[in-house]
Amino acid sequence: MDDLLREFLTESAESLARLDVELVQLERNPNDQELLGNIFRLVHTVKGTCGFLGLPRLETVAHAGEDVLGKIREGKLAVDARAITLILTSIDCIKSILTEIERTGTEPPGDDGALIAELNAFAEGSEAPEPAAPSGVAESAASIADTLFMDGPAFAPTPAAAAAKSAGKPAEAAPAAAEANQTIRVNVGLLENLMNLVSELVLTRNQLLQMVRGRNDNELGVPLQRLSHTTTELQEGVMKTRMQPIGNAWNQLPRIVRDLARDLGKDINLEMHGAETELDRQVLELIKDPLTHMVRNSADHGLEKPDDRRAAGKPEAGRITLEAFHEGGHIIVKIGDDGRGLGLRRIREKAIEKGLATETDLAQMSECQIQQLIFRPGFSTAEKVTNVSGRGVGMDVVRTNIEKIGGTIELKSVEGKGSTFTIKIPLTLAIVSALIVACADERFAIPQINVIELVRAGSKSDNAIEKINGTPVLRLREKLLPLVSLRRLLDLDAATGGEPEEAFIIVTAVGNQHFGIIVDRVFDTEEIVVKPVAPILRDISLYSGNTILGDGSVVMILDPNGIAGESGATEIGEERGAEEAHDSASGEDRSAILLFRAGGSAPKAVPLSLVARLEEIDIAAIERTNGMPVVQYRGQLMPLIAIDATASMKSEGRQPVVVFTDDERSMGLMVDEITDIVEDRIALEISSGQAGVLGSAVIAGKATDVIDVAHYMGRIFGDWHKPGADRDHKRVLLVDDSSFFRNLLSPLLSVAGYSVTAVESAEEALRLRDRGETFDVIVSDIEMPGVDGCEFAHKVRAGGAWQETPLVALAANPADLQRGQAAGFDDLAAKFDREAIVAKVSQTLLNLQGAA
Amino acid sequence: MTTSSTQGASAPAEERVYVTLMVADQLFGVPIHSVQDVLGPQRINRIPLAPVEVAGSLNLRGRIVTAIDLRRRMGLPERAGGQSGMSVVVDHNGELYSLIMDSAGEVMSLPASAFEPNPATLDPLWQDVTSGIYQLDGRLLVILEIERLLDLTHAKAA
Repeated sequence: MDDLLREFLTESAESLARLDVELVQLERNPNDQELLGNIFRLVHTVKGTCGFLGLPRLETVAHAGEDVLGKIREGKLAVDARAITLILTSIDCIKSILTEIERTGTEPPGDDGALIAELNAFAEGSEAPEPAAPSGVAESAASIADTLFMDGPAFAPTPAAAAAKSAGKPAEAAPAAAEANQTIRVNVGLLENLMNLVSELVLTRNQLLQMVRGRNDNELGVPLQRLSHTTTELQEGVMKTRMQPIGNAWNQLPRIVRDLARDLGKDINLEMHGAETELDRQVLELIKDPLTHMVRNSADHGLEKPDDRRAAGKPEAGRITLEAFHEGGHIIVKIGDDGRGLGLRRIREKAIEKGLATETDLAQMSECQIQQLIFRPGFSTAEKVTNVSGRGVGMDVVRTNIEKIGGTIELKSVEGKGSTFTIKIPLTLAIVSALIVACADERFAIPQINVIELVRAGSKSDNAIEKINGTPVLRLREKLLPLVSLRRLLDLDAATGGEPEEAFIIVTAVGNQHFGIIVDRVFDTEEIVVKPVAPILRDISLYSGNTILGDGSVVMILDPNGIAGESGATEIGEERGAEEAHDSASGEDRSAILLFRAGGSAPKAVPLSLVARLEEIDIAAIERTNGMPVVQYRGQLMPLIAIDATASMKSEGRQPVVVFTDDERSMGLMVDEITDIVEDRIALEISSGQAGVLGSAVIAGKATDVIDVAHYMGRIFGDWHKPGADRDHKRVLLVDDSSFFRNLLSPLLSVAGYSVTAVESAEEALRLRDRGETFDVIVSDIEMPGVDGCEFAHKVRAGGAWQETPLVALAANPADLQRGQAAGFDDLAAKFDREAIVAKVSQTLLNLQGAA
Repeated sequence: MTTSSTQGASAPAEERVYVTLMVADQLFGVPIHSVQDVLGPQRINRIPLAPVEVAGSLNLRGRIVTAIDLRRRMGLPERAGGQSGMSVVVDHNGELYSLIMDSAGEVMSLPASAFEPNPATLDPLWQDVTSGIYQLDGRLLVILEIERLLDLTHAKAA
């Protein structure tokens, strides 16, 4: 095949790929003259070059297609689905002829008469026989397929062409010509070879650096530094030559989606963002098929028929969104649709039917976990298998393919609203940053992308490895993390004695499942060149490759996916996603906060849950009793209080007031201005010595004083004191039916350094016990509706996990003490004495420690 | 060298060249065209979970070489006092393997006509990984077949 022909082939491939995209765009925007001009030019260029190279068959087809486009451009024909289908068919025909030319070097014999007649008839007048057209087209297309698709490869932009894609638009006319001169086409093999050489260079550089690090040789230091820099730059440069925009993998999608939409009788808009995001061509090749499959899935199973969409109150046209962007050293690709989402009921049924899970399993799973079932092998949610996406390829294959390249895939779906898949993949596979670890004197590398965090564990540190029937686990921030001992997994026990005193845990995740790998030591991170393992070691799933470190030694690269598979960590691993949902439910997370200004410029805040109402009171209505401002409010006298002595009341107009209520009693805090209500976390950073302020926290991006409502309540209704000193991070369960007290005591105990969980009834508390929650101390009110404090204490002491947990009672009067002690309370605190409550809690914990 | 030997396949004077090596007092030969290198002692990094025949991996000028312990592979007793560390590096389908031996011998050029098949009574394991023998002065040279030797899946089944 001569060079000219080869160049024509690669160039045409690019043009045709773009034609597919642009024609589909044209169908959406039939009046876009510029687009039409582009398309016409592209077809025209193909036609012209064919004639020049002596490819008559190709030329006639292109010519007939161009005629139709010409008529459309002149406005003599309208852009409709039929016109586009016809032109697309002619492009398919051109592609199949090109494929054959690529294979054999000559134009294949064949008759395109039917198609050309079709095109000509259409070009002649719009009155062409409508019903005959589709079948005729299909036939001619089919016959072309018969004659041409023997076993030739599907015609796609050759990698070389794609690599040079940055050349811009070489097929386009004059303006592009100058630009084209700035680029050359390079064989992919050459680039691969360069990459290998650079990998070797990186290794040698690392080795040299390691050697020099050991000694004080300034003579070598400077040139080596330069070598190091140059190597890094070279590595980045060569890496860039392998980079391609992800749009190359998306090119065929508009066409696929259009054809699907027609076949399925759906209306689908495909939106693509970030097509210019670049990634390594090796990675690109590997994600192309999974992406196509997922888009097909969305179109076929995700989106509903127009009628169903209308019934569901959605626009008739379904939407599929593709989005790509860089994040850290990764590429994130999101594929979303606004379709029906995943039906949990159907997944449950399917899972049982396919034997993937039992009823009991499912009952214990969260929604998120159930959704993840679609990634299991042997699962296909489509109720009927269609020829579109039901081709025996399931989401499990997609997941496997993505994990193979060190990527992860996550799914979020809301029934009725749609689904979104998020794929996270590394930029390149050739050189990665890895953590070097050691276990029983053997070193291993773990790709940094797989490492979520490192935890140091030892008998002396806070994080001790605990064992359940020999299975190691770690309590990490109150969550149970399953652990895998690398030593045991790799049979390294024999080499050295028992397990060392101190260990490191590498927290990693496969899918949503977190687990920890126990290793002896952790060294630093190193840029490593990933090399495949020798064929005789391929069936050891724990290794994803091997590499040479800076000191010249060979180490194996651990594969967390393999480790999870080998150790069954995926089975025992807990769903983080689900747990996170629990977090927000227990109220530790975000809460609504009222922001206001009062006395001074610093913004002030109070949890909205404490606020009864916001009022504006006419200054004239404010009276004074006992020197204290009061206002008649809902048939009662409500005392008003200023935030501090410096704050002054307005002299006329209306005074904004924040009203706090506990049972019958109300109090109004006079403020200058209510500024906002925000959702945020209250994390008190600085404990305040100032009366009336709990501390400072960053809320809505500003340092904000968090108001201690108790202080003001106390000034009006009783004697209140300052909070206690810092405590260990112990867990306190607070049981009280009054939301006011819960809201009051929770921050108080939090500020004192405890982690507080508050519930509103004894029943709820017992449910927590049955769920397996543990606490260091329980503080309970005595007077409660339903199960009261004494009965609750009875139940706790009667048996179960909390049998030994100390109980502190909150009592309104000391007479309750005896009753409480009889019921099983260890101590009793006066309900309105804040200092006493904190003191009792800490004292109880101290007693406990002393006893232990 | 390779081309000349194939061209002269039918010529009676054809010579075959072998690198010889000693393992447990047995002389073995490896066709010289598959030998890349003869190495002295090397640091070998153990590979946990690898088949027992695999001694580990080593770094040969930036390439990763998988080391095969010939004694273990041939079912011979472990060498007293550990490995000598001498090995020949062979290329098999673009992958490098080093065969750990006791000591390296000379390079021998032998007439193809003197090549004999293995005796039928030879241990099946040896039958599997050798192609035949040469009768030398006072001793026998067993020719190793690299492809079979590196096929460890087969070894497990045997």
